[in-house]
Amino acid sequence: MSTTTAELLRGAAELFPDEVVTQAHVRHIDLPGAGRFALITLDNGLDHTKPTTFGPQSLANLDKAIDQVEKEAAEGTITGVGITGKPFIFAVGADLKGVELLKKHEDALAIGKGGHEVFKRLSGLAVPTFAYYNGAAMGGGVEVGLHCAYRTVSAALPAFSLPEVFLGLVPGWGGCTILPNLIGADRAVSVIIENSLNQNKQLKGEQVYDLGIADAIFEGADFLEQSLLWTAAVLKGELEIVRPEVDRGEAWDQAVERGRFIADSKVHGAAPAAYRALDIIAAAKNGDLQQGFDAEDQALADLIMGGELRSGIYAFNLVQKRGKRPAGAPDKNLARPVSKVGVVGAGLMASQLALLFARRLEVPVVLTDIDQQRVDKGVGYVHGEIDKLLLKGRVNRDKANRLKALVSGSLDKAEAFGDADFVIEAVFEEIGVKQQVFAEVEAVVSPTAILATNTSSLSVSEMASKLEHPERVVGFHFFNPVAILPLLEIVRGEQTDDASLATAFAVAKKLKKTAVLVKDAPAFVVNRILTRFMGEIQNVIDEGTPVAVAENAIEPLGLPMSPLVLLELVGPAIGLHVSETLNRAFPDRFTVSPNLAAVVKAGKRGFYVYDSGKPELDPEVAALLVQGDSVLSAEQVRARVLDAVAQEIGLMLEEGVVAEAQDIDLCLITGAGWPFHLGGITPYLDREGVSERVNGKPFLAPGVASVPA
Amino acid sequence: MPRTARDVVFVDGVRTPFGKAGPKGIYHETRADDLVIKSIRELLRRNPSLPPERIDEVAVAATTQIGDQGLTLGRTAAILAGLPKSVPGFSIDRMCAGALTAVTTTAGGIAFGAYDVVVAGGVEHMGRHPMGEGVDPNPRFVSEKLVDDSALFMGMTAENLHDRFPHITKQRADEYAVRSQEKAAKAYANGKIQQDLVPISVRRSNPEAGETGWGLATTDEPMRPGTTLESLAALKTPFRAHGRVTAGNAAGLNDGATASLLAAEDVAQELGLPIKARLVSYAFAGVEPEVMGIGPVPATEKALAKAGLSIDDIGLFEVNEAFAVQVLALLDHYGIADDDERVNQYGGAIAFGHPLASSGVRLITQLASQFAEQPHVRYGLTTMCVGFGMGGTIIWENPRWSEATIKHSDGGSK
Repeated sequence: MSTTTAELLRGAAELFPDEVVTQAHVRHIDLPGAGRFALITLDNGLDHTKPTTFGPQSLANLDKAIDQVEKEAAEGTITGVGITGKPFIFAVGADLKGVELLKKHEDALAIGKGGHEVFKRLSGLAVPTFAYYNGAAMGGGVEVGLHCAYRTVSAALPAFSLPEVFLGLVPGWGGCTILPNLIGADRAVSVIIENSLNQNKQLKGEQVYDLGIADAIFEGADFLEQSLLWTAAVLKGELEIVRPEVDRGEAWDQAVERGRFIADSKVHGAAPAAYRALDIIAAAKNGDLQQGFDAEDQALADLIMGGELRSGIYAFNLVQKRGKRPAGAPDKNLARPVSKVGVVGAGLMASQLALLFARRLEVPVVLTDIDQQRVDKGVGYVHGEIDKLLLKGRVNRDKANRLKALVSGSLDKAEAFGDADFVIEAVFEEIGVKQQVFAEVEAVVSPTAILATNTSSLSVSEMASKLEHPERVVGFHFFNPVAILPLLEIVRGEQTDDASLATAFAVAKKLKKTAVLVKDAPAFVVNRILTRFMGEIQNVIDEGTPVAVAENAIEPLGLPMSPLVLLELVGPAIGLHVSETLNRAFPDRFTVSPNLAAVVKAGKRGFYVYDSGKPELDPEVAALLVQGDSVLSAEQVRARVLDAVAQEIGLMLEEGVVAEAQDIDLCLITGAGWPFHLGGITPYLDREGVSERVNGKPFLAPGVASVPA
Repeated sequence: MPRTARDVVFVDGVRTPFGKAGPKGIYHETRADDLVIKSIRELLRRNPSLPPERIDEVAVAATTQIGDQGLTLGRTAAILAGLPKSVPGFSIDRMCAGALTAVTTTAGGIAFGAYDVVVAGGVEHMGRHPMGEGVDPNPRFVSEKLVDDSALFMGMTAENLHDRFPHITKQRADEYAVRSQEKAAKAYANGKIQQDLVPISVRRSNPEAGETGWGLATTDEPMRPGTTLESLAALKTPFRAHGRVTAGNAAGLNDGATASLLAAEDVAQELGLPIKARLVSYAFAGVEPEVMGIGPVPATEKALAKAGLSIDDIGLFEVNEAFAVQVLALLDHYGIADDDERVNQYGGAIAFGHPLASSGVRLITQLASQFAEQPHVRYGLTTMCVGFGMGGTIIWENPRWSEATIKHSDGGSK
C-alpha cells in the first residue's frame, strides 16, 4: 500500500512544484516509566506566520516518517507514537495553492486518496497513537489528529476548525467520517457545517476539549510536557480514557437534519459542499470508516473540479490578500498622521462613525451639529455604546473611560476642528448642503487636514470643486451596519492628491476595514450594482410578474437575503433616492420604479409583515402596487437580472470604476455579504455563461476562479 | 514595635534536568525564562494545597540578566507561570550563589514577617549567556591592582587554590571527581534524583545535534558515568599549562533552572504544606577574589557561629562542586576525609552540572531528600563558593529528627 501511496503523491507533487514542504521529524523520547516513544513534529521550517500545510511532498514526508515508526512499532522498540507541530502551529491543512492547480478529476481524487492513505496508517500502527494539538489546527491538520487514538489540546490554542465547507470542500481526509463517530453527529454538524458557514468560526482549546474532540487539555505554558506525561500515564494503564457513547439512533438523523436546515438558511441550496458533507455524515452512522473515506474522496474530487470551490478559494484570497493590500493605493509612506478626528453631524451614522474612529484610532473625536440637543444626543449615543462594550467585557473600565473621554461634542466648528487632521461629514445627502459644510470646515482647519465624505451617491469631485484645497477631499463610504460590514469604498476625486489618498488608506487600515479604491462614479460600486440588480427586480414586478416569483427567482444564487428584504434593510426611501441618482446618471439602464415611489410616499418602511412568523407581503403594500400584464417565469426573471448585473459590471470596468473585476467581487463580498461560493459575482456570471452572453467574454481568465485550462 | 522572628522552612524544591551549554546541548533552542516558568509551575502542581495568591514574592536569580534572563525575571516569570498578577517578583544576582541568595533573602523576609510563602530559584543558560557576556570591569581593578587578572576567570582561581594548598593534588581532585560521578550514577540508579526533575520539552532543528523535532529532557545531560582516573588523567588543563584543573574535575558549562518554596513554619502547617528542612542560620563571607574557592570556609565558620553549632554537629553536607579542589579545601579545613560519606551523598555538580545561579536550590533539594531518609541526622549544610571571592552557607535542621530517633538508630550520632 505504501508504494502506491508514494507513487500517488509523487505524481501529485509534480503538479505542484512550488509547495512549501512540511517535514515530519521523528524523534525518540524516554517517557518516564513508559519506555521509548516516537514523537513526530510537523514543521515547514518557517516561523508561525507561515503555518504548516500539507501538500503532496509534505504528505510523502509524513508517509516516510510513518514507515519508520511502523517498523519500530512492529519490532517492539517503541511503546507509542505522538504527533505535534512547531511552536504556535499544529497544522492548518491542505495547501490551497496546490488545490487551485488541479485540472483533472483523477488528480483531485489522488489528493483525497493520498491524504487518507497516509493518515489512516496512524490508526493502523501496532502501538497507541497520540495527537497533541499545540497550536492552530485546521482542516487536514485537525484530521491527521483524528486518525490517532488519543488527543490532547492546548488551552492556549487560538484557532481550531474544519473550514472546508466554508471554502466549498468537505473535510475529506477523515473529518466527515471520524468526527461524528468520535463526538456524535450533532456536535460534528456544529463543527463541520455550522461553524464553517458562520463565517468560518474558530474553536478555542477549551471548546475543543468540551466537545470531546480532545481527551485532555493542558495550559500552554507546559502543554507538550504535560501531554507527554499524560501519555505515559495512559501507556502505563494508570489512566483509562472513557468517552461518552455516541448516540447512533434518531439523534444522528436529527443532527443531519439540523445541518441541512443550517445549510439551507445560509446557502439556500446554492453551494453543494455543505450538502455533500452532510451526506457523508449521515452515512457515517453505520460506523464503517472505509466506506466514509471513499465517499470523502469522491466528494473532494467532485468539489475540487466544481466552480463553487474555485470561487470559494478565489473569494478567500480576495479577502485575505487583496483586501489587505488594496489595488491602486498610493505609497503608504505618503500618509499623514491623524491625531484628531472631526465628525460633522451627530445623527446615527455620524455617531457610529465617531465610535468606530475612537475605538480604532484612539484619538480625540469631536462631533458637531446645528444645536446642542443633537450634539448631546450623538455623544450620548457613543457613550452608551461604550458602556455596552464595558458590560459585555469587550473593553475594561480603564479603556471605557479612555474612549469616553476621547469622544466629545461641540457647536463651535472652529474650536472643534481647528487642530483636527481628518474631518468626515455625515450630513444630509444633498450636494449643496455638503459643499457648504466643507466650505465651513475648510475655513477653520489646517490646509492639509483631510476632508472625507461618507456620501453614498454624490460626486466627490463636485463636492470638492468649490474649495481652496480640493486635493484634500476623499470619499469614505461605509456600509451599514458600520461595525459589522468590513467594506470601505475609498473614492478618489478628480483633484484628490496621493498624500490625502494615502492618509485615507492608512486610516482605513487602522479602522480594520477592507478598503477598495474606486473612481468618483455615480454610487461607486456596491450601491450601483445592487441598485441595478434591484431595479431589474422592480421592473419585472412593475411589468406584471408576481412579487413572490420575482423574489424567489434569485434564490438559486444563495444570497444572504431576498431583494425586497434587502431593500427593507436599506430603507425604501434611501433605495429610491439612490435609484433616482443613478437614473439621472444613466437613464437608459436605471429606472425609478413608480411602485417603489408609491411605497415610499405612503410612508411604508418595508414590504412584508411578519405577524405569522414568516414574511408575507404587507396587504397595504400590495394595495399600492400597480402592475402590468407581462408575467415572466422565475428563470426569465433570473436571466434578466443576471444579464443586467453582468452588463453593469462590464460597463463599470470599462469606465475604470475599479482596477479589476476582483475589486467588484471584493466589494460585493465585504460590503453586501455576497457569498464565497459565487466568488462575489463575476466567477458565477462567468461559469453560468452570462458574461459571455452579455459581454462576449468572461470577466476572469480561466484558472483565476475556475478550473485552469 | 516588638517583633518575633519566625521559623522558616523549606517546603519543596524542583529543577529542570541540567543540560550542556552549546549548540548541541539539549536546551540550545529553549529559552532560559521558560526553564524557570516550568519549574515554578511544577512546584505549584506538586503543592496543590497552596493557593497561588498566598505567594508573597518570587525571587529568581540569574548571573547574566539580559535577554531571556533579563526583564526582572522574577516578575515576568511569575506572570508567565500563571501566578496571579497580585504576586510580585524580582531578580537577584550573586553569581553562582544566586539561587542560594534568593533563598536566604526571602527567608530573611519571612523571618521578619514580610512574607508568608515565597518562591525562590535561579536559572543560568550558559549556552545563551556565556560567562562574561556583556561585562565591563572597572579598569581600576587592574590599574590599582585590586584583584589579579586571574580573579575574573574561575578556572584560574581554582588553579590558584591548588597553589595555596599544594597538598591538594590533581590526583586527589581527580579521585574526588570519579567518586562524584559514581555517586551520582548510583543516586540515579536508586531513583534519588528523578523525583526532583521537571521534564522539559526541547526543540531541535540542527540535525548535527541529533534527531530533530520536539523531544523531552528528563535526565541530566552532563553526566559521565563510568568516568575513570585514567580517562581524567588524559584531559587537558585549559587554564594553565601543566595545571591541575580539567573539565573532568570541575563542573561544566551548563543550562538549567531551579525553583523552591519556602514558608513561615506556622503558615506551612496552616496550609498543609510539607516541611522538608528548617532554616537554622546562614552567612556569606568574602575572600580574596583570586582564590574564590576558599569562600565556603569563612562562610561556614560564620554560619556555625551564628547557629551556636560546631562542624561536628553537621551530619550531612551538600557542597557545590564548581571545582574538586574547592570542595577538598573545605574538607581539609575541617579535617574531613575526601570520601566522607556525609558529603555529597548523591554526587555533585561535577556530575550533574552547575548552571551558575540555579545551583543553590539543587543543593537544598538534595539535602532535603537525604534528611527524609536519615532522620537520625539533625543538622545539614549547603555551601558554595562564589565568583569574585565569596562563599555562602546555609545550615538546616532536619524536621524528621527527634530525640527519639537517636535511640532507635544505631550509628547516628550527629
